Amino acid sequence: MDLNTVLTITPARSREDLRALSPQVAPLAGGSDLFADPQVHLTGLVDLQTLRWPALTVTTDAVADGVTGTVADGVAGTDPGDTGGVSGLEIAATCTLAELSRLPAAPGWTAHPLLFQCCTALYGSFKIWNVATVGGNLCASLPAGPMTTLAAALEAEVLIWRADGSDERMPAAAFVTGNTTNVLGTGDVLRSIHVPASSLASRTVYRKIALSPLGRSGAVLVGRLDPAGGFVLTVTAGTVRPVQLRYPSLPAASALARDIAAIDYWFTDAHGAADWRRAVSGVLGEEIRAELEGAALENGEHP
Amino acid sequence: MRFQINGEPVDATPAPGQCLRSFIRDQEHFEVKKGCDTGDCGACSVLVDGTPVHSCIYPAFRAEGADVTTVAGLGRPGDLAPLQQRFVDAAGFQCGFCTAGLIVTASTLTEPDLDDLPRLLKGNLCRCTGYRAIEDAIRGTHTPADGSGRTGLGPVVQTGRRPGTVGTSLGAPAGERVVSGREPYTLDVTVPGLLHLSVLPSTQAHARIRSIRTDAAAALPGVHAVLTHADSPATLYSTARHEDRLDDPDDTLVLDPIVRFRGQRVAAVVADTVAIAEAACRLIEVDYEPLPAVFDPAEALRPGAALVHGDKDAAASRLADPQHNLVAELHGEYGDIAAGLAGAAHTVSGSWQTQRVAHTHLETHATIGWLEPGPDGENEGTGERLILRTSSQVPFLVHREICRLFDLEPSRLRVFTARVGGGFGGKQEILTEDIVTLAVLKTRRPVQYEFSRSDEFTLSPARHPMRIYVTLGADDTGRLTALKLGVLADTGAYGNHGPGVMYHGSSESVSLYRVPNKRVDAQSVYTNNLPSGAFRGYGLGQVIFGVESALDELARTVGLNPFDLRRLNSVGPADPLVVTHVEGEDLIFGSYGLDQCLDLAQAALARGNGQAVPAGAEWKVGEGMATAMIATTPPRGHYAQASVTLGDTFGDTFGDVTAANPGRYTVRVGTAEFGNGTTTVHAQLAATALGTTPDRIEILQSDTDAIGYDTGAFGSAGIVIAGKAVLAAANDLAARLRSAASERRPPIASAEWTLEPDGLRSGTAFVPLAELAEHAGASVLRGTGAEDGARRSVAFNVHAFRVAVSTLTGEVRILQSIQAADAGVVMNPEQCRGQIEGGVAQAIGTALYEEVVLDGAGTVTTSVLRNYHIPLLADLPLTEVYFADTSDVLGPFGAKSMSESPYNPVAPALANAVRDAIGIRPTELPMSRDRIWRLLHPERAAG
Repeated sequence: MDLNTVLTITPARSREDLRALSPQVAPLAGGSDLFADPQVHLTGLVDLQTLRWPALTVTTDAVADGVTGTVADGVAGTDPGDTGGVSGLEIAATCTLAELSRLPAAPGWTAHPLLFQCCTALYGSFKIWNVATVGGNLCASLPAGPMTTLAAALEAEVLIWRADGSDERMPAAAFVTGNTTNVLGTGDVLRSIHVPASSLASRTVYRKIALSPLGRSGAVLVGRLDPAGGFVLTVTAGTVRPVQLRYPSLPAASALARDIAAIDYWFTDAHGAADWRRAVSGVLGEEIRAELEGAALENGEHP
Repeated sequence: MRFQINGEPVDATPAPGQCLRSFIRDQEHFEVKKGCDTGDCGACSVLVDGTPVHSCIYPAFRAEGADVTTVAGLGRPGDLAPLQQRFVDAAGFQCGFCTAGLIVTASTLTEPDLDDLPRLLKGNLCRCTGYRAIEDAIRGTHTPADGSGRTGLGPVVQTGRRPGTVGTSLGAPAGERVVSGREPYTLDVTVPGLLHLSVLPSTQAHARIRSIRTDAAAALPGVHAVLTHADSPATLYSTARHEDRLDDPDDTLVLDPIVRFRGQRVAAVVADTVAIAEAACRLIEVDYEPLPAVFDPAEALRPGAALVHGDKDAAASRLADPQHNLVAELHGEYGDIAAGLAGAAHTVSGSWQTQRVAHTHLETHATIGWLEPGPDGENEGTGERLILRTSSQVPFLVHREICRLFDLEPSRLRVFTARVGGGFGGKQEILTEDIVTLAVLKTRRPVQYEFSRSDEFTLSPARHPMRIYVTLGADDTGRLTALKLGVLADTGAYGNHGPGVMYHGSSESVSLYRVPNKRVDAQSVYTNNLPSGAFRGYGLGQVIFGVESALDELARTVGLNPFDLRRLNSVGPADPLVVTHVEGEDLIFGSYGLDQCLDLAQAALARGNGQAVPAGAEWKVGEGMATAMIATTPPRGHYAQASVTLGDTFGDTFGDVTAANPGRYTVRVGTAEFGNGTTTVHAQLAATALGTTPDRIEILQSDTDAIGYDTGAFGSAGIVIAGKAVLAAANDLAARLRSAASERRPPIASAEWTLEPDGLRSGTAFVPLAELAEHAGASVLRGTGAEDGARRSVAFNVHAFRVAVSTLTGEVRILQSIQAADAGVVMNPEQCRGQIEGGVAQAIGTALYEEVVLDGAGTVTTSVLRNYHIPLLADLPLTEVYFADTSDVLGPFGAKSMSESPYNPVAPALANAVRDAIGIRPTELPMSRDRIWRLLHPERAAG
C-alpha cells in the first residue's frame, strides 16, 4: 500500500548513510513487510538495497576470525579450510528468499534442502520471495518467520551493525526476543547471517503445520543431527520466539515429547491455539526424531 | 523517473512512499487491481523486468528504468495470448477481479511448475470459482463435472444444440476484456478533478461524541471538507437494501453522534489526495463519553444489559424491542410440539455455534460520485444531476434510498455500476454511496471513497454468527414427530438484514421436512460488535448447519442411513411447506428434484473416486451428507423490467443510432453483473428467443438510466426474475418482428415466420432485419418485458463428503466432495457448475478455516487478509457436480436459481463426515484443526 507519510527515500551507499535512521526513518529492504501495513509513524526510508551487499557468499568456516572467502554469485569455490571440505555460507540481510531458494548445494551441504524448505514456510507467495529478504524476515520477528527458523536451526550467527558504529555478533536463535520483537535498537541494522559449515554438513529434517495445507505456519520444527551425532530440535512458529532443545545424541521419543511439552512459549493467534501448537509440535518433533533415527540406521550409523 | 509499461515509455515521478500498484494505476493502467494492498491476494501482480511481483508491496521508485508488464501487455481482445484464451475457454473466472493477477502470475510458469501449482498459486486468491476452472485454464485441460480424468481443453463453449442458445456453455460476453484487463470495474475510470474521501473510525465500541474538533484538519492545505454528524441528514435509514425498505430497521445515520461499534464512521475528510485526507483525519480530535457496551448476544437480552439502540422508537425504527436489544423475533408453533416430543420413540437435541464470516469479494466497496450539469449550464439549476458509480448489487435500491435520505427528486440522481468485482450479498448495502453523496453535495466536486481491505473486515457487515438449538423427535421407524428450532443471531451494532436473515434462516431449513409438530423461536439481537449483514444463503447456511447435524444424529440413533432418513422425512411435491404455518400460495413446487439429488449424491459416494486414505493409524475415515432447500426468489416481490431493441446503441458507438447495425440487438436490464454470470444467460435467453447468436446482443445493465427498474442482484434472482423479464422482452420483440414481416410480405401470417440471425424466413420468403429496421424508420423496434416474482419455486442441493481426519493434529482431509443440484433446466452448464463449485468453496472456507475474530471488546483482530484465511487452490478438493433432470414451470425455459443454495448443505455435510470419522460431533464452526484436536483430546485442551 502507499505509505503516504513517507516523504524521503535515502539510498544508502555506505554505513555512514545509516545514520539517517531514527524512530521515524526505517530501513527498507524488499518492502514486502513495510508496505503491507500502514506506517503512519514513518516519514522516511533508508534503502538498504543500494548498499549492494553480495547476497550469498560461500565462506571458509572461520567465522570467529571474520575471514570470508570469495564471492562468486553464491557458487562455492573457496578454500574449505579445516572443515572437512565443507564450506560455510554468509547470507546478506538483503538477500532475497528467491536468491536463497535457488542457491545450488556446495559439496557436503547435507542440510541444503532446508534452505528451500524454509522458504516454502513463508506465508507469502513465490512472488513475495522475489522481493522479501532474509534479513527483513528476521527483523519482522514474527513467530512464523521462516528465516528465523532457518537461521536458528542452522546455528547461524547474525552480524548486527549497531547504531554507534560497533559490530556485534550473536546466535541467530537469540535475535528474536518475542512476538515481533528483537534485539535491534533504533538505528541498528542487521547486516548478515553466517551459517557455519558444521551446520550445513548436518542432516536436517523439516516439518511444518498450519491450520490449512499452506497457511501461515502454526508450528515449524527443524531437527538437526550434526556430524558428531549431536541433535538439536528447533521449535518455532508455535512459540513467540525460537526454542531449541539440545541433546548429545538422538533422544528417546519419551524424552523428546516430555521436553517439547515443557516448553512454555506457546501462544494463540488466528493461526492456531496455544494448546494445539504444543500438541502438534510434539507430533512433528517425534516425526523428525523418527526420520533421523531411520536415516541413521539406514546408513549403518548408531544414532 | 522513466520506465516502461507494456513497452510504452512512461515519464512520471511517484511519491516517495508510493507502491507500484497505485503508481501504475495513476498512469491509467487500471488493469492492475487492488484486492488487499498487503501482498496477500495477488490481484495486483505484474512483471518487473520479467519477474512477477505483487505490485502493492513493491516500492514504486524501484521500477525506475524497468519494463513493467501488466495483463494488458500480454494480449488484447482479438489477439489474446494463448493463456488468456484458455481462461476464456475454460470459464476460468467469474467476477474476474482476480483474473489479471492470476494470468500474469501463471504466465511465468513453466511446464514442470504445474506439478507445484498449489504452492505457486498460493499468492493468488479467487473468491468466486473454487479454482477448478482456473486450474483447467492454466493447464489447458477440461475436467468433466463428474470429476473423471482431465481431458484436453475441449469445445466447452460450443456444447449443446445451437451455440449460444440456452442449455449451452456460452462463455461470458465480457470474457476477452476480462482476461486482457480491459473490462472496467468501479474505480477503473479517470474522473477529472477527483477528490478523495477518508473516514475517521471510532476507537470506541459504544460512546457518545461530546465534541469533535476539526479546525486543524480543515486548515490542512488540500482539504475541501470535513464532515461530522453536524453535517449528516437527520433521517434514519438502514444500510441494508430490500425491495420493501420496511424490511430493515431504520437505525442508521450517515454520521451519528453515537458510535456503536469500533470502526464506525465518526467523521470524513474530503481532500485532493488520499494522503491529505488521511493526514487530516489524524488531526481530528474526538472527545468521547464512553457508554456501557455489550458484546455477547445472550447477555444483550438480559435485564439491565447495555442498550445499543435504547434511544430508538420501536415503531418508528421497526424494532421488536429496543429496550431489550431485540431487533426481531419469531415465535410460532405448528401442531403440538410438546405432544410430538412426548410421543417420540427417539429424540435428539443439541446446540450449534456458527462464526462471523467475511465476504472477501476481491473488489472492495467503492463509489465515485459527481455532479452532471443540466442543460442550463453548470449552476445548481434545474436539470443538474448527481451521478453515483458504485460497486453495488442493487443500484436501483441505492437510488431510492439516496433520494429519500437527501431529499432528491428521482430524476436528479443516476446510479449505475460497472462490472462489480464480487459481492455475495456484501454489496446489498449502502456503505459508501451515502457518505459520497454527502461529500459531493457539500463540495460540488467529484469524490471517490474506496474501502481498504481492513475496512472490509472492520466496517463491512459479516455473516451473522448464530447459536442454533435443535430438538428432534421421531417414531421408531425414524419418521419425524417433532422439530423444535431455536436461533439466537448476533446482528451487531446495526440491524441491517437482521430480521430478514433470521426469518429466512428459519424458513426453508424447517419447511424442508414433513413434520406434524414444529416450533421455532428465533431472535436477532443487537450487540456492540461489527454489524452482520447479507451473505450467500441469507441465514440458511447457519441454521441448516444445526438442523442437518441434528438429523444426522437422529439417523444414527434410529439406525437409518442418512440418505434414507431424508427420503423418509423430506417434503414431496404434494406436501404443504410449513415453518410455523403453511407458507403462502406464492411458494410452489414448480419442479421437484430432491429425490434425484439424493440418489445422485449417494451413488457417487458409493462409487468413490479412488482417492487413497493417508497412511497411518491416526487417520480415521468417515462419510457424511446434508440436504438444503431454498426458495428460488425472495418473498413479497422481486421486480425486473427489461427491453430488447433491434439495432441502435450497439457497441462502442453508444448513442449513435445512425451507426446501428440492423442485425444486432440491445438488451436493457437493471440487474448487476458481479460474477454471477447473469449477463451470459441473458444473452443466451435473448439469442434463443430471437433466433440469433449471442455475439449480436449487447447488454446494457445495472444503470438507473438504462431501464425503469430492477430490485437487484440478490436472492438468486438473476435468471429467474431478471432473466425472465429479458426473455419476455425478447419474445415481445420477436412477435413484433413477425408482425412487421407479415406487413411486408402479406399474406404470410405472423406465426409462419421463423427468426434467423439476419432476418425472418417463411418457406422461400425472407425478410431481412435491415428491411424491417428501415421500414420502422424512427420508431425503433423494441420489445419490453417485466417479472414480479409473485410466484416462487424451490430448488434443492445435496452435498456428500468422504473425509479422513488425523487424530493427532485435527486435520480434516477431504477425500471426496460431491454436490447434486436441482437447478431445473440448466441454462449454462459450465457456468452453473462454476456457481456450485464457488459456493462449495466458500462453504468449505466457512466449515474449515474462516473466522472474523473479535477480542470480546468489539475489536476485530483478523483485520488483514493474511490473518483471515479464505481458501487457496491448495485447500480445495475437486467437487463432483451432478444435476437433477427437472424442468420448472416458473423459470425461463424451466430454469431455477442456483447461486446461493450450493453453499448451504456443505458445512453440515462436512461436520457429519467428521462425526462419522472420529465418533465425536463437531458443533462449532470453523472446524479448524485446533478445534477438532480439542474434541479429540479434551484432557489436554486448555480452557
